[in-house]
Amino acid sequence: MSKDIRIKKGLNINLVGAAEQTTSKAVLSNVYAIHLSDFHGITPKMLVKEGVEIKAGEALFYNKNREDMLFVSPVSGELIEIERGARRRILTLKILADKTQDTLEHSKLDLEKASAHQVKEYLLKGGCWPFIKQRPYDIIADPDTTPKAIFISGYNTAPLSADLDYVLQGKEKELQAAISALGKMTPGKVHVSVGKSAKSPLTGLNGIELHKVAGPHPAGLVGTHINKIDPINKGELVWTVSAQDLVIIGEFLLTGTFNAERIVALAGSSVKQPKYYTTKIGTEISTFLYASGVNGENFRVINGDVLTGLKSKQDGHLGYYNNTVTCIPEGDDYEFFGWNKPIFNKISATRALTFSWLQPNKKYDLTTNTNGEHRAFVVTGMYEKVFPMDIYPMQLLKACMVKDLDEMEQLGLYEVAPEDFSLTEFVCVSKQPHQQIIREGLDLLQKEIG
Amino acid sequence: MSDKRLTFKKRLHIIKHHYRGKKMAPAFNALHTFLFTPDETTHNGSHVRAADDLKRTMNTVIMALVPVLLFSMFNAGYQHYSAINGFPQDFSVMEHFLTWDNFWIGIVKVLPLVVVSYGIGLLVEFIFAVIKGHEVEEGYLVTGMLVPLIVPIDTPLWMLAVAVVFGVVIGKEVFGGTGMNILNPALTIRAFLFFAYPTWMSGDKVWVHGAVERAQEIADGANVDAISGETVLGFLAQNKGAEMSYSMWDAFWGFIPGSVGETPTFLILLGGLFLIFSKIASWRIMVSAVLGSLVMGLFFNQVVEWGWIGESSSFYGLMSFDFWKHLLVGGLAFGIVYMATDPVTGAQTNRGKWIYGFLIGFMSVMIRVFNPAYPEGVFLAILLMNVFAPTIDHYVIRGNVKRRMKRLKNATLLPKDSDQEAKELKAETV
Repeated sequence: MSKDIRIKKGLNINLVGAAEQTTSKAVLSNVYAIHLSDFHGITPKMLVKEGVEIKAGEALFYNKNREDMLFVSPVSGELIEIERGARRRILTLKILADKTQDTLEHSKLDLEKASAHQVKEYLLKGGCWPFIKQRPYDIIADPDTTPKAIFISGYNTAPLSADLDYVLQGKEKELQAAISALGKMTPGKVHVSVGKSAKSPLTGLNGIELHKVAGPHPAGLVGTHINKIDPINKGELVWTVSAQDLVIIGEFLLTGTFNAERIVALAGSSVKQPKYYTTKIGTEISTFLYASGVNGENFRVINGDVLTGLKSKQDGHLGYYNNTVTCIPEGDDYEFFGWNKPIFNKISATRALTFSWLQPNKKYDLTTNTNGEHRAFVVTGMYEKVFPMDIYPMQLLKACMVKDLDEMEQLGLYEVAPEDFSLTEFVCVSKQPHQQIIREGLDLLQKEIG
Repeated sequence: MSDKRLTFKKRLHIIKHHYRGKKMAPAFNALHTFLFTPDETTHNGSHVRAADDLKRTMNTVIMALVPVLLFSMFNAGYQHYSAINGFPQDFSVMEHFLTWDNFWIGIVKVLPLVVVSYGIGLLVEFIFAVIKGHEVEEGYLVTGMLVPLIVPIDTPLWMLAVAVVFGVVIGKEVFGGTGMNILNPALTIRAFLFFAYPTWMSGDKVWVHGAVERAQEIADGANVDAISGETVLGFLAQNKGAEMSYSMWDAFWGFIPGSVGETPTFLILLGGLFLIFSKIASWRIMVSAVLGSLVMGLFFNQVVEWGWIGESSSFYGLMSFDFWKHLLVGGLAFGIVYMATDPVTGAQTNRGKWIYGFLIGFMSVMIRVFNPAYPEGVFLAILLMNVFAPTIDHYVIRGNVKRRMKRLKNATLLPKDSDQEAKELKAETV
């Protein structure tokens, strides 16, 4: 039985520069890069050395704790650089792409007859496993475990993020293959959530439990769905896969080849013509950024949406999991009496001489300015207004800050991922780094309790 | 932007970098961020942030206090002259209240309280920020404005200064500064004054400017009339309600003696509505505190009606006082709107706020009626509930934890692949 979700608590952040629904093909990139920071908690062990030629879909490295979990190259070419940081930690792998692409082909899997174990092995060796994430801890799933359910969000409510209905068009076959495979790995259900009025290709799939979601952001976050449908208890596991990664998994299951291609939304007020581009994981962002044109020099390129993305550069590369690239102006300037004059051009959750409540549908051009300094927690009751889960957000944050493991467990840290705290971070008057606090709390809990 | 301001902005920017990492940096930054919101940008996490910061939040509360402050400056003069010359017949606001003479008393008597409160309080904050190397946080902006409004008008400035130092250091800084304190600093200051200098804080001589001085002159043998200004609660506590010349309309508009800024119920009401509208203060606390005081007042009215308390009782005056009138006199309205809603010392959960607010209203009226020494209980009630707020929150949060624990009983714990059971389970499901 499908259960519809309707949330009231939340906040839609309307920004200027939503991607127009037309897709162009991005210029092929010369160099592709894989950032290891995309794979939280993974210690890589290299399988190839610098200067070695590899095919697309061929393994670059594996997870130190799990030798069969392979991470593959999005393109064929030469591994030209292994960039290392402090203590020789690997930061980035750079691959110089060949002119003609050569893809590693695996023997096809008979999806109908395959057991869960076979599916797992197949996805692991094909490099598709890293797309499957688990909660608690918001990390790449442990293939040894069995989740009680799998959650997929087919609805993006984050500001300026890619419209999944649009980018998934015509991918029904791949999506179905991926869903069928995932369904084998859990005795529970595969929950798929779509927007209430959406015409999502996900709605027609078999083997899913479909949920219609309505309400402001974070209505589209998978954490919200888990909390409303089947919350995680201590010791339980759920897996989550982002809808667009299902396409890569599905195509791999159907054809035996790893196709790193995806449609990316280029958005934000610093982009002249925000729209969609077909490109590949790890591509240079500049291959499509300048095709759309940019406004000014001083802007920030974000891998992902403005609430959860990672800071990149104009000559940076598309992240492993991202289907949105956002460019917004940097706010590194002072504002005269910015704390007491009436504000019309910024979003606020209060009405303290801030007037965004007058025009709820107006689109804003926000910068990266913090609009104030870091302070201790003072104001109460504000986070609750944008936090739809049955969890006390401030108390949980404080428990993480003081590293109280019992409190963290009891207040529901198992149920959340950093992204669930992106809105509370946005409205925070004290400008606290909520997502970072939750990430550190999750890491600590995982280390201490497992 | 003009070129001149640009250079000013740049100059400050250069000075900021000059001070970076040095001992005086917090002091300079406090002044700098007062003029300009900083050029700080987000890192990872949310790349955009909402427009509000703590300064704006605090500033909103101050804006809600400004009408009260202005009124209190006029009222200082009005009470002073009325106590000497008698209350005017056929009172008119323009003629008798909003006059320059009245305002001048306000400038001479009320403004120095504000200056001393802010000056000493911020000095202590700056010293602590420099010593401990953290930024100057904005908590005192509101405290500094509240303090002059909740003391008697003739409070000597040195006394206020001592109390402010005590309140800021013991009430706040020892706990770690803004956001960490248990007791409301403004009320800690008020409580210190009350217990350290009780003769200056109660009686019928302290609420009107000049009364104490005149009493001293009379004691020294001068042949002048004594001035007194008993508060409404003072009359009632002595069972002299009948002698009182103030109507409830006077109390509503605020033309009565009392602590500097506690009297104008109407303006406090407007301030409260503004704070609720701007979403800065909790409406839950305000509404429940009003309810709490009404319930307690109603109960006392009933006690009188049932005949449990006779007119001879010393509690009669206050107990028989109509329940809704409690909101108009004394510091109850002021306390509910501006003090009980302090987010740091109040309850922090929504359900906790209902309980916390209700008990503040309830206790305020109770202490008011039963305290023989001082017929006002609001500050004691709020301080008491400040102490209990974490306990209230604790039980509210335990409720949430219990729900989670209950769910845990039905948890589907699936074994790992390596376990034998898992293989069987998988065989079933595949």
